[in-house]
Amino acid sequence: MSSNAAGPVIVVDRLTKEYVLGTRTRGYTTLREAAVTAVSAPLRRVQRLARGGSDVQSRPFRALDNLSFSIDGGSVVGIVGRNGAGKSTLLRALSRITEPTSGTITIRGRVASLLEVGTGFHPELTGRENVYLNGSLLGMRRSEITRKFDEIVAFSEVEAFLDTPVKRYSSGMYVRLAFAVAAHLEPEILIVDEVLAVGDAAFQQKCLGKMQDVGRGGRTVLFVSHNMSAITRLCSRALLLSHGRLDFDGSTLEAVTRYLAEERRPDALRWETAGLPRRLEEYGELARLTVVEVRPVAGTVPEFRFGDDLRLSVTFLATSTIQHAAIGVGIDDLLGARIATFNSDEVGVTLTADRNRIYTLDLCVPRCVLNPGRYAISCAVLSGARILDFLPQAGFFDIQPIRADTGEHFEPTAGAGMVRLDCAWEIREATGSVAAASGP
Amino acid sequence: MVDLRELWEFRELLYFLVWRDIKVRYKQTVLGALWAVLQPALFMIVFTLIFGRLAHLPSEHVPYPVFVYAGLLPWTFFATAVTTASMSLVNSANLITKIYFPRLIVPLSAVGVGLVDLAVASVLMVGLLVWYRLPITPFILLGPLFMVGVMLAAIGVGALLAALTVTYRDFRYVVPFAIQLWMYATPVVYAASSIPNRWWVPFALNPMTGMTDGFRASVLGRPPAWTLVAVSALTVCISLVVGIAYFQRVERRFVDVV
Repeated sequence: MSSNAAGPVIVVDRLTKEYVLGTRTRGYTTLREAAVTAVSAPLRRVQRLARGGSDVQSRPFRALDNLSFSIDGGSVVGIVGRNGAGKSTLLRALSRITEPTSGTITIRGRVASLLEVGTGFHPELTGRENVYLNGSLLGMRRSEITRKFDEIVAFSEVEAFLDTPVKRYSSGMYVRLAFAVAAHLEPEILIVDEVLAVGDAAFQQKCLGKMQDVGRGGRTVLFVSHNMSAITRLCSRALLLSHGRLDFDGSTLEAVTRYLAEERRPDALRWETAGLPRRLEEYGELARLTVVEVRPVAGTVPEFRFGDDLRLSVTFLATSTIQHAAIGVGIDDLLGARIATFNSDEVGVTLTADRNRIYTLDLCVPRCVLNPGRYAISCAVLSGARILDFLPQAGFFDIQPIRADTGEHFEPTAGAGMVRLDCAWEIREATGSVAAASGP
Repeated sequence: MVDLRELWEFRELLYFLVWRDIKVRYKQTVLGALWAVLQPALFMIVFTLIFGRLAHLPSEHVPYPVFVYAGLLPWTFFATAVTTASMSLVNSANLITKIYFPRLIVPLSAVGVGLVDLAVASVLMVGLLVWYRLPITPFILLGPLFMVGVMLAAIGVGALLAALTVTYRDFRYVVPFAIQLWMYATPVVYAASSIPNRWWVPFALNPMTGMTDGFRASVLGRPPAWTLVAVSALTVCISLVVGIAYFQRVERRFVDVV
């Protein structure tokens, strides 16, 4: 495996990717529609021209807008930006999965992309069989997989279940095995999309370490994440995308700072989420999150005082009948760390959602103990163990440095943590004499 | 036109996809690979009863079961390969939106699975020849060649339908129906010789005509009808070129519409 640390290994020149609106959500057509369009489109165009209107077709949506950058061999580069900024589209274009509408991508070296953990894993196959299948999908040779097999298994910590079909695995085991395969790829360029959002904390640390090793080994890594602390730790350089454009390209710290300041200013009470792209294809298919709302006591900005009741609303559209539908809400800090999760089914709140009906669930967290600061809201539609839709950091709110009960200014000292929990102190004075302790 | 070198690079993936489908298909089945024989065998019995016993169709002077099985073998291969290939891209949406590889691998692997089934089902062909004590002649050596023809036709038609199904979901319903009709346009249950000679050229425009009759000839030990073989060989090539050309033309869009 030769790594070429000198000179750029990826050169992107005026890259643009357009989608005709609607094709992303429902791409296929039926023959009848195609026939109708073929006949009616020219007619309508003639009509429009006759009326003196302009000959404008429906405007395409630009997922990527004229991006240019280059990446040197051996660097670890982060890509940040809010949902729908074009991060995933960029990774897909770099991985040759989707074709650019215009512009060019020049890549030197073998690319492996990890846009999802466990792509191609088949539930009926055993762990051992899936290692081979997944490895070969990721571009490994059979001999290479055989050679690294023991190492992969050791990394995954699922030795005992190698000959069990993965459908019987817990989700944790599944992810560990899948990541273990990916971690043993040896491409010159590795493209990773938010795979660290899954798995338990200890395993995430292990994965981060592995990715650091990959970077140190002189290979190039491109890495998308909402987890700013992971980006800051791993990457020396970051690209900030906004509405498909390259907003900033430079030091990670600066990119993250700009992202936190510009991209996520809480300026609205509600966020429309129906049109946002999802992390996985199947998200949003059976149920789609449409609106996330914060409902402060007063005002038009999403602000609560310390100790206010935290009120949120999540609205979703059921596109099919769903049994035991539930909503999950997560509160994250801006670096992406989870502070609290509220799953409605855990407290017995579920519903049977009818097809094409819209439901809103209101959440109230009484006397919220979050310390003053800025927080993000992640939402999911759940049904039993299944996640039907998921949006990380769909909305934001602030906790003001004001106490709700007294109205006094309240600012915890730096490093005081995320929450202030109720507590009681009591002073007990030790009985007996201190004479023994006090020396001569 | 096709990047053959790249396709060759990914040959192991093709192998693993075929291997996966075979493995998965027979997990938790009692009869396992026997199903690959059972399907054509049951058709053989039904067709023998209907077309052999009831309709008394001529069967080239061999017992009707051998005659019809020699036609069912290439036909079943073609039909299952084309049907699964046509749905293959849509069913692999999850793969093609996440990983790059030559998309042609997907319909090719469907044909590869059919090839494995064919190998299993061939055992019964040999068994029938032995059971009915039919002589095996040098013409049998042509058999594999005709199967290659069937495979190429299946690749061409399968790739074309796979690409069309991505854009027009109608084909999901059209294909199974069309394949059923197609069988009657192919000399499977009847002999090609029962079609008047002057109709042979249009008859053999169906690529499966010459290949099925040719395979049957090689098994039953008579020279193939070269007119049928020549015309069908030509249409096999045409369907291969057209199928793959269309596939390549639209493959860049798959991921955006699948």
